[in-house]
Amino acid sequence: MNSTTKLRVYFDKNTYKIRNSTYFCIVITKTVRMKTVIVVGNGMVGYKFCEKFVAKEGSKNFKLIVFGEEPRPAYDRVHLSEFFENQDAKALEMAPAEWYAENNIELIIDERVSDIHRSSKKITTAKNREFSYDYLVLATGSSAFVPPIKGVEKKGVFVYRTIEDLEGMLDYAAKLKEKNPGARAAVLGGGLLGLEAGKAVMDMGLEPHIVEFAPKLMPRQLDSRSSQVLQLKLESIGLNIHLSKATNQILGEDAITGMEFGEDDILDVEMLVVSAGIRPRDELGKTCDLEMGVRGGIVVNNQMQTSDESIYAIGEVALYNQMIYGLVAPGYDMAEVAASQILGDTNSLMASTIDMSTKLKLIGVDVASFGEPFMPASKGHSVIFENKTQHLYKRINVSLDGKKLLGGILVGDASDYSMLHQMFLNEMAIPEDPAQLILPAGDGGASFGDVMDLPDEAQVCSCESVTKGQICGAIESGEATDLAGVVSCTKAGTGCGGCKPMVKDLTEATLKSLGIEVKEGVCEHFDLSRQDLYQIIQVKEYTSFNEVLDNHGNGGHGCELCKPLVASLMATIHADTANKEYAIQDSNDRYLANIQRNGTYSVVPRIPGGEITPDKLIALGEIAKKYDLYTKVTGGVRIDLFGATLNQLPLIWKELISHGFESGHAYGKSLRTVKTCVGSTWCRYGMDESISFGIELENRYRGIRAPHKIKGGVSGCIRECAEARGKDFGLIAVEGGWNLYLGGNGGATPRHAELFAEQIDNETVIKYLDRYLMFYMRTAKPLQRTAAWQERLEGGLDYLKEVIIDDKLGIVADLEQEMETLVNRFECEWTQAVNDPEKMKRFNHFVNSEEEDDNLVFVPMRDQKMPEPWN
Amino acid sequence: MQEILKKYKTTKPEDVQVWFKAAHTSSFPKDGGACVKYKDLQIAVFNFDRLQKWYACQNLSPEKQEMVLSRGMIGDHNGIPKVACPLHKKTFSLENGENLNGDLEPIATYPVKIEDDFVYIGFSE
Ligand code: SRM
Ligand SMILES: Cc1cc2nc3c(=O)[nH]c(=O)nc-3n(C[C@H](O)[C@H](O)[C@H](O)COP(=O)(O)OP(=O)(O)OC[C@H]3O[C@@H](n4cnc5c(N)ncnc54)[C@H](O)[C@@H]3O)c2cc1C
Ligand code: SF4
Ligand code: FES
Repeated sequence: MNSTTKLRVYFDKNTYKIRNSTYFCIVITKTVRMKTVIVVGNGMVGYKFCEKFVAKEGSKNFKLIVFGEEPRPAYDRVHLSEFFENQDAKALEMAPAEWYAENNIELIIDERVSDIHRSSKKITTAKNREFSYDYLVLATGSSAFVPPIKGVEKKGVFVYRTIEDLEGMLDYAAKLKEKNPGARAAVLGGGLLGLEAGKAVMDMGLEPHIVEFAPKLMPRQLDSRSSQVLQLKLESIGLNIHLSKATNQILGEDAITGMEFGEDDILDVEMLVVSAGIRPRDELGKTCDLEMGVRGGIVVNNQMQTSDESIYAIGEVALYNQMIYGLVAPGYDMAEVAASQILGDTNSLMASTIDMSTKLKLIGVDVASFGEPFMPASKGHSVIFENKTQHLYKRINVSLDGKKLLGGILVGDASDYSMLHQMFLNEMAIPEDPAQLILPAGDGGASFGDVMDLPDEAQVCSCESVTKGQICGAIESGEATDLAGVVSCTKAGTGCGGCKPMVKDLTEATLKSLGIEVKEGVCEHFDLSRQDLYQIIQVKEYTSFNEVLDNHGNGGHGCELCKPLVASLMATIHADTANKEYAIQDSNDRYLANIQRNGTYSVVPRIPGGEITPDKLIALGEIAKKYDLYTKVTGGVRIDLFGATLNQLPLIWKELISHGFESGHAYGKSLRTVKTCVGSTWCRYGMDESISFGIELENRYRGIRAPHKIKGGVSGCIRECAEARGKDFGLIAVEGGWNLYLGGNGGATPRHAELFAEQIDNETVIKYLDRYLMFYMRTAKPLQRTAAWQERLEGGLDYLKEVIIDDKLGIVADLEQEMETLVNRFECEWTQAVNDPEKMKRFNHFVNSEEEDDNLVFVPMRDQKMPEPWN
Repeated sequence: MQEILKKYKTTKPEDVQVWFKAAHTSSFPKDGGACVKYKDLQIAVFNFDRLQKWYACQNLSPEKQEMVLSRGMIGDHNGIPKVACPLHKKTFSLENGENLNGDLEPIATYPVKIEDDFVYIGFSE
């Protein structure tokens, strides 16, 4: 089935070396059987082999057949935990099934290879099919090691390796939580993977417990002190840690109910994830008598060949230098070597030492170790920096002569990992006082190591083996002109992603060295930054997008990045509402409503400060009922009505407006809500009228457009029931006035607002806020919240005080006046829209029919409705 | 593939059998789009005023099969006119339907002509 009968000429892969010169033997044959390579295992490394193989010259003469036991093509196991976030298996795919077909690879999934017949060079599968090979590549990976503990087969005990494992866990956890919202889960194993699994069960809403046999966490990568620091950090985010625990048995009838360590030492848990190490899946090697390691693994040489020269082994099943490497980067290197070897490039060999440096990718906890993390005093000196109050530990090991880095450990802040790791790998010279490498900047720590000092051969992306030279070369040769280009032509950063910051630095430094300005431009249509555009529009008094584009753009026609940005600037500068030039407004602003996942919209009227009369509440209820809208109280303490069709929007708003409501701008990058607590109006502890002041502030700043949304909070006392310190601006009533906090954020990167001024009165609050918000609106980047802006402001909070309180830049009068204009010109854009037949036109689903979208399907849910789930 | 996606097939100018008179040109915002109903099809039509051109494509976003593309923003990428889906900003060439920032299936495109200020969309059936 694999033969061609064409007459063909080919270069034989065997070359003959005679007296230093190479001759190819040209063979002319009538019938040449195409050679077949069978890959067993379609995991990360098996896939990488295919990718590398087909990209190489000469691969056209081979037929490639790949077997995978799992029900889907290879996926990114390293990022398996992301599956919890979205349950989107497709997003993890290394390549879609079509990719294999397009590259003439026969992919056979859901079929395990069960036997190898070496003498006849055939394999058989679990479905009893037989295939012949010329070369066989074993990439069967490994499986989770489950220690033989009594009861480990009980329901509720899982391993953490495949998508199916995760689906099983999610299902089980959901059922547990239904019965008992406080259910607990344990992870057996406090290593790299165990901690990742611990975070995963925590994200599933279970109370997480880590059980480790050793007296410390991550015993293979960390020393005792760093391990303690890590433990403190993990406990502070809610993980419970049990060290030095040997599990005797798993308790429970049918399903797990607990773990028993000693006679009276029991941990009640209803789920367990075993993460106690890996075992190579070497069963095929054993049954066909390949040379095996004493503790498993198929022995390979530096060409990735097993003891049978036509059989190769790569990835986590291969035992190289008496080691199994449980990381993807060495697996990819093995794939490269095997692919080259099979195609006749005998010079491609596996390196003799393999870098096992690792960085833990638990969100929120930085841990990394590289080189020799623990080092005997005879080999070098250690420099250690520890600050337990901040959960910080850094250790570097330096050679006895003080010239080289030998390894190190970082806990709590691994931002210097890439650079330190490179210094280690490339044996770069280090500062005379090595402490500078780990001391916090300002405490004698220098911002060290320019990326451009790395040698060209420094491997920056270890997953894809991309060197500094290749990255810089891509730009120097003109092949790439920006970061995206570098990533797509070198593949750097497409594996675990750990090297991305360094790839970015290198790209920018190379561009700079070539005299190319690194653009702060907002998109391909403008080289200008948001701040530049702000000034241009203000000075030149432009009022339409086309004017700005034609006079200052790069000659294109705009896009989804620059159009909404210009729209927002026009709004800030001219107090325009989103009704003006609606075609350049972002998805939500264009229809003055938030688009939902089925293309319907939500309706959020403003409820300033969260205060609402019973009559208005009833009106909301009646309108929601009339239009059959799903109703929910939002996290911003107001009421959201979901499921309105485009055609219904103006009808609903007409009714809301007649009851005294106005737009809540839930769709805009503008003021959302000012959350209040009841304050001295009702509360026995209240120090001031937080509701009244909250309402005043919400009404003052409603409708203004900003780089991103703005939220406020006003609390009546330091008990802080309005969570004011989590908002862009927050006020807390204290003896003698308000404390003003600025730059807080919930959301993806939470940050507490910083105390800006104390005990100030209402007028001063408004004065400072006017100035602050306007200064932010003038200078922030697109879609930058106040928190991120403030954090990156050079000079920090002190500088901000100088600008806003001391008027160092001499601009506060302008800022106040600009804000006053915005406040005075406020108009409810929904009232504008429903009163103007021209503006109403856009709310028809069809231009040539009154009908509504016929593609909408709702399903019932808890007495209300919701859109049919996406498949 | 979902049944509903199959209803939309790119029509070349030479295959047009029916020129459907959709609506007056003023029904479409400058440099923006609106949706036209033809039989049981939903067609997004864009008035690319800056290029003095009109484009039509399926209203259905191939990613999640929702009828939203006409509400997307138009613009260009390296000179290729495109529309960005309002849901997740996947972008598609208005010339040939190709997904410009991902590997979704291309969307179906249709010829448009303007006569006496009316917009006509070409269909093969
Ligand atoms: C409806 C609501 C959830 C709910 O059911 O409670 C909600 C819903 C959405 N949020 Fe939110 N957020 C809601 C309160 C919050 C809160 C809580 C709060 O305001 O106190 C936060 C965290 C606080 C904060 O912002 O600092 C919040 C942080 C976000 C973020 C992350 C922002 C960040 O800085 O990291 C986004 C994404 C973004 O804006 O880019 C987002 C975006 C969204 C969007 C607009 C996503 C979208 O574009 O479709 C959601 C659609 C809203 C809609 O009506 O269709 N939402 N969102 C809440 C509406 C509040 C309101 O009355 O306006
Ligand atoms: C949760 C998690 C997080 C991780 N994080 C990191 C990290 O941050 N950094 C890092 O470097 N590494 C990480 N790893 C390890 C990394 O995923 C592995 O090193 C890598 O997947 C090994 O690739 P492989 O192809 O050798 O094995 P696998 O990816 O396991 O693939 C082997 C495949 O072969 C199949 N197979 C086995 N036997 C047969 C047979 N007889 N017939 C057909 N098919 C067969 C298996 O079903 C499997 O699909 C992580 C692993 C996990 C589970
Ligand atoms: S409402 Fe907010 S948190 Fe919830 S899914 Fe939407 S964006 Fe995410
Ligand atoms: S549904 Fe259109 S891009 Fe996601």
